[in-house]
Amino acid sequence: MNSIATLLALSCIFLLGSSRLLMSIRMVAFQGLLLGILPLAAAGDGHLSLALIFLSLASIALKSILLPWLLNKAMVDSGTRREIEPFISFGASMLLGLFLLAVSGWIVDKLQATEPVPSPVTLIAGFYLVFSGLLLLITRRKALTQTLGFLVLENGVFTAGLSLGSEFSVMVELGILLDVFVGIFLMGIMLFHIDREFDHLDADRFNELSDLEIAASPDEEVAE
Amino acid sequence: MNTAWALIILPAVTGLCSLFIDSERLRKNLLVVVAFLHLYMSLQLCNGSAGELDGVWLGVDHLTRIFLTLTSLLFTGSAVYSMIYLDKHPHADGADLAGWQFLRNRNAIFVACMQLFLAAMSLAILSMHFGLQWIGIEATTLASTPLIYYHRNRRSLEAAWKYMIICSVGIALALMGVFFLAKTTTQHVQLFTPAGLVLFAGYLKLGWLKVAFIFFLVGYGTKMGLAPMHTWLPDAHSEAPSPVSAMLSGALLNCAFLGILRIYQVCVAIPATAAFASELLIIAGLVSMGFSGIFIMHQPDYKRMLAYSSVEHMGILATGIGLGGSAIAGALLHAICHSLIKAPMFLLAGNILSAFNTKKVEEVSGLLKSMPFTGMLWLAGFLAITGTPPFGTFISEFAILKAALQTRSWTTAGLYLLFLLIVFIGMLTIVMQMTLGRRPDDHADEHHHHNPAAKDHEQKHEKHHKHDAASAVSGSVIDEDLLQIMTPVIFLSLALILGFYLPEYVRQAINGGALLLGGAIL
Repeated sequence: MNSIATLLALSCIFLLGSSRLLMSIRMVAFQGLLLGILPLAAAGDGHLSLALIFLSLASIALKSILLPWLLNKAMVDSGTRREIEPFISFGASMLLGLFLLAVSGWIVDKLQATEPVPSPVTLIAGFYLVFSGLLLLITRRKALTQTLGFLVLENGVFTAGLSLGSEFSVMVELGILLDVFVGIFLMGIMLFHIDREFDHLDADRFNELSDLEIAASPDEEVAE
Repeated sequence: MNTAWALIILPAVTGLCSLFIDSERLRKNLLVVVAFLHLYMSLQLCNGSAGELDGVWLGVDHLTRIFLTLTSLLFTGSAVYSMIYLDKHPHADGADLAGWQFLRNRNAIFVACMQLFLAAMSLAILSMHFGLQWIGIEATTLASTPLIYYHRNRRSLEAAWKYMIICSVGIALALMGVFFLAKTTTQHVQLFTPAGLVLFAGYLKLGWLKVAFIFFLVGYGTKMGLAPMHTWLPDAHSEAPSPVSAMLSGALLNCAFLGILRIYQVCVAIPATAAFASELLIIAGLVSMGFSGIFIMHQPDYKRMLAYSSVEHMGILATGIGLGGSAIAGALLHAICHSLIKAPMFLLAGNILSAFNTKKVEEVSGLLKSMPFTGMLWLAGFLAITGTPPFGTFISEFAILKAALQTRSWTTAGLYLLFLLIVFIGMLTIVMQMTLGRRPDDHADEHHHHNPAAKDHEQKHEKHHKHDAASAVSGSVIDEDLLQIMTPVIFLSLALILGFYLPEYVRQAINGGALLLGGAIL
């Protein structure tokens, strides 16, 4: 379990430093695969149930095959290959990522002081994924990378949940998985629309709606 | 028991079916029929005449009664209003969605998503299990995103994208909270529901509970529109079609609020976490009220003004719950009144928008003359939403203030009053500008004579005035449809009645809810 958590954390550092979108999508797909194996590793040999295996397979199918395929299609259609000039350079965000890893370790250390955690390394990885997801969401310009950032964040939440050993019934787990899937699927569809409407996937150039900048564009569309 | 599931499954199924119905009329009628059926069933369920629930997954307690009835009522109003709204926006094939032809009809998607939205909200309100509730609240985001993107233009796309990303991130953090909350339990706890956790409050691990509460507050607070996580709210509310904005503001924010109330219910059972949770809620509430005060001043867009007013009212709710005692009952009453007033305000904003074709405050004037009914109701709604007596909001805001003074939280009471005053003044200037003054066509003429330099400015506005020039040139009174007016009239009168008289049903639900949250009865 610890080795999988370490791989998750490493893939995240890689994500923060990579400018090629295709590579990022593949990394996130790899994370999805790791995340699918993680519950099986956590349960151990003796406790494998049919439901658990089914959940893992569903998770792998959605997170590491279907969603990456959709995002890849969005990327190819829009003709974007690289993330250009993030608000924080790739090197700096990798360094920041290492700092966040230290912060995650510190938080888990603090939490453990009050209550013992079954698998601290996995919890650290979970927190780290959440933080990196937020970092990607904030510092990257492309809407596609923001979607990836959200996926990483979501992976982090699942990892943290697994490390805490919080288990719900299969129906609830499936519902949560379905919600996440539909959410990212909708984001993927919106990527196509953003590409057509704006001719780019730069979310930072979304500035038509703002209270701080009142001047409206001349061809403002008022619809209703 | 079966009624509760039916409340969720019925709109979900009919919603999916309406994607494949070709006839525009049939679809619209289905929407209204489902709305009334849902209202009837929720009243049955809340009366207790539909049998008791075991409460493992779904349950009905007093908080459920309040929010379920409210959501169903508002949905019925929005559905009726949507009939007119869709008539004005006849069937239009938009661009296909990623190559899927049958998803091209935006009106079909509107009707379908409205019903799915209702199903998701019912699930969020009825579910007792924390995991199931999370599924419901996340599903509301998914169902409402296509609704915000109804107009298929850049502005609505931007609003929908922001809504989707910000709310999803918030709710993902809330899921983290759910996992942490599961960690607080020991093997003593049988049910992962508020009631089940309260029963074994002595066995819960406090450290994890506090962490869980923070995640819940940030996560569901994002969805509820608590500052500073509220940034999606003005965009989404102003770009969505008016019946959708009414649902977002009147019903959706309440669902997220209920999410916070559920964990608060667990927190108040333990004195150490009760103080911690209350303090956080008061801070979040006052910050939201302050933010809304800043942005509502000189707000150039009247739908955004309403959206910021929602942020303010969510702040009032959080502050009221945090203060405890009789303020909790006040906050619950306030939630009811806010929904009953804000929803018709958005519908009226829709009337104004369809007549004037602009969302800019400065381009709307003389509402009382050009649209007498809408103008009057707009003014009444403004008085109601700012807590002027004799509306119900006055009673509830006063109850919260009284509790603040009784507990000697002078700073809270002072800031609360200050922010209420700022918002009142901010909204007053905007509403006065819109309702009073001359008719827009006179205004345009005068503008033209006195300021010839602004000719290109004038040309830009010609597009906006084309519509009302056509209808307002002879009689100068813009036609108002009965259905457009009826829904706001009914909701505003209900809010007015609540100011004078609390029906037994409402009083019981509010008091019962307040007791669940460790408050005193009203």
